[in-house]
Amino acid sequence: MLFSLHFSPPPVIAPLPFKPLSHVPHHHHHTLNMLPSTHVLKPPLCSTMEHFTLNHHGKGGEEEEEEVDQTLPLGLRREAMPRHVAVIMDGNRRWARSRDLPVRSGYEAGARSLRTIVELCCKWGIKVLSVFAFSSDNWFRPKVEVELLMSLFERGMQEDTGIFLRENIRVSVIGDLAKLPEALQELILNLEETTKNNTHFQLIVAVSYSGQYDVVQACQRLALKAKHGLVEPGDIDASLIEQELETYCSEFPHPDLLIRTSGEFRISNFMLWQLAYTELFFAQSLWPDFGEAEFLKALLAFQQRRRRYGG
Amino acid sequence: MERMVQIYGCLVSLLQKCIFRVLSVGPMPNHIAFIMDGNRRYSKRCNSMEGSVHKAGFSVLKTMLKYCYEFGVRYVTVYAFSIDNFKRNSEEVESLMDLMVEKIEGVLKEESNFNRYGIRIMFSGNLELLSQPVRLAAERAMLATANNSRAVFSVCVAYSSTDEILRAVRKSCEEKWDEITAFSLGGSEQDEMDHRIILTDIEKHMYMAAAPDPDIIMRSSGETRLSNFLLWQSSHCFLYSPSALWPEIGFRHFVWGILNFQRIHFYLDKKRKQL
Repeated sequence: MLFSLHFSPPPVIAPLPFKPLSHVPHHHHHTLNMLPSTHVLKPPLCSTMEHFTLNHHGKGGEEEEEEVDQTLPLGLRREAMPRHVAVIMDGNRRWARSRDLPVRSGYEAGARSLRTIVELCCKWGIKVLSVFAFSSDNWFRPKVEVELLMSLFERGMQEDTGIFLRENIRVSVIGDLAKLPEALQELILNLEETTKNNTHFQLIVAVSYSGQYDVVQACQRLALKAKHGLVEPGDIDASLIEQELETYCSEFPHPDLLIRTSGEFRISNFMLWQLAYTELFFAQSLWPDFGEAEFLKALLAFQQRRRRYGG
Repeated sequence: MERMVQIYGCLVSLLQKCIFRVLSVGPMPNHIAFIMDGNRRYSKRCNSMEGSVHKAGFSVLKTMLKYCYEFGVRYVTVYAFSIDNFKRNSEEVESLMDLMVEKIEGVLKEESNFNRYGIRIMFSGNLELLSQPVRLAAERAMLATANNSRAVFSVCVAYSSTDEILRAVRKSCEEKWDEITAFSLGGSEQDEMDHRIILTDIEKHMYMAAAPDPDIIMRSSGETRLSNFLLWQSSHCFLYSPSALWPEIGFRHFVWGILNFQRIHFYLDKKRKQL
């Protein structure tokens, strides 16, 4: 309901924000200032109903509705799309092993899968996609594999910068970036800077990240603020913690849906605070095999779920 | 007829014990947590009376506890009442609170059972949000079983993970603030680094600090979400969500959960050792 008070209807003439490749700045950024400052786990931040219903009430709504639904596969309801989807991209190495290919091929196939999903998110009106690219725990993998992953990240960011700019995609990288090679750190900063004003879609890449790390670093920042007299420890509340979490870079910091591939039923230390009411979906296929059909299945399952938020 | 029922009961019990023996050959979970979801849906389906909505659920809880302790699971945690559940209609909240007081009083009367099996009861959560009768009953139960050490039964009431983390963050900031302000005169960057809050500083202030992380979180009714339960502690645990509603949960769901846990345990253990 909070969004319905502050959300302005879309302009009549401008193309829809849901159309792929739209460069029209839409009104989502206005809602950033309207985010409730108190306990942020209230339904409005996670629910999709109010947000999308208003677009149908805007002028020219009927024409827009027909046009919009053509971009969605049968069965998916526009008004019930998750705003933020998170993915644990598991199974790249198993995929390579099962094909007698080197590990590198598994990760490269995984990167192709990611591009497909990003494209689908843009097409189907999902606003934010977070991907768990490299966990804090992954530093313990063999050095050769870690170096391979770092070089793949570098290459991926360099090669795809053009696509991010063209498709109006904002890229944010969260995690303990100080542990990354300096060249990669610089690349990340440049990419974030270059894409920071893009508004059609946000890709959050979690590298050297863990949910527990996120809470600890938020706590450290709050302790520092307390030291400098900016906040009293006793005044620390949920919204202050939210503001220090790395996902604060997003308009929609809490995933509505988390997908984990490769049939593993656990969260593996990804975004703990933010997943309080996230719907979890465990897909059997390995990440390089997770394509449109599987993604559709996950979204359809999400749309069947009844979200009660404890009520 | 009664004799037949008795014999049947004994056979079932014997069969269960055999299955436990077989399962015990494999790795055993040390801590199982339950999200007891589906009581209201079950009650609607059975057209039960308003008051008995959660009573059937309580009876299943007792059974699952029995299985856990017979199987040797040392820590059992249940999500009895979330802070977000206060949003529900006042009648339901009141009936849940009354049920809790009733059951806690029952436990206190049967104190010898919990003491006989060495089970310590802990109530984890923001107990100040509870009404006085519930809070006092909870405190009495914790006191009465405080010396037991064979197993721990944690009841999460007036609990939410975000509240737990918030409280732990607040407490660690307060703790470190005292430390930091003592060093603030001429404090160097190195001092700042030395006094940075680390993971264990926060963890020790969690309500659930006394228990290890759960090995299995089982949520009934097929909903696959954590609903603000043990977010911090569930980072590496097996999430199991049978579609049966909580009052329908039984032995086969318990066994299936253990079997799946054992199937992935070897892989998880290897990963944990790497950390």
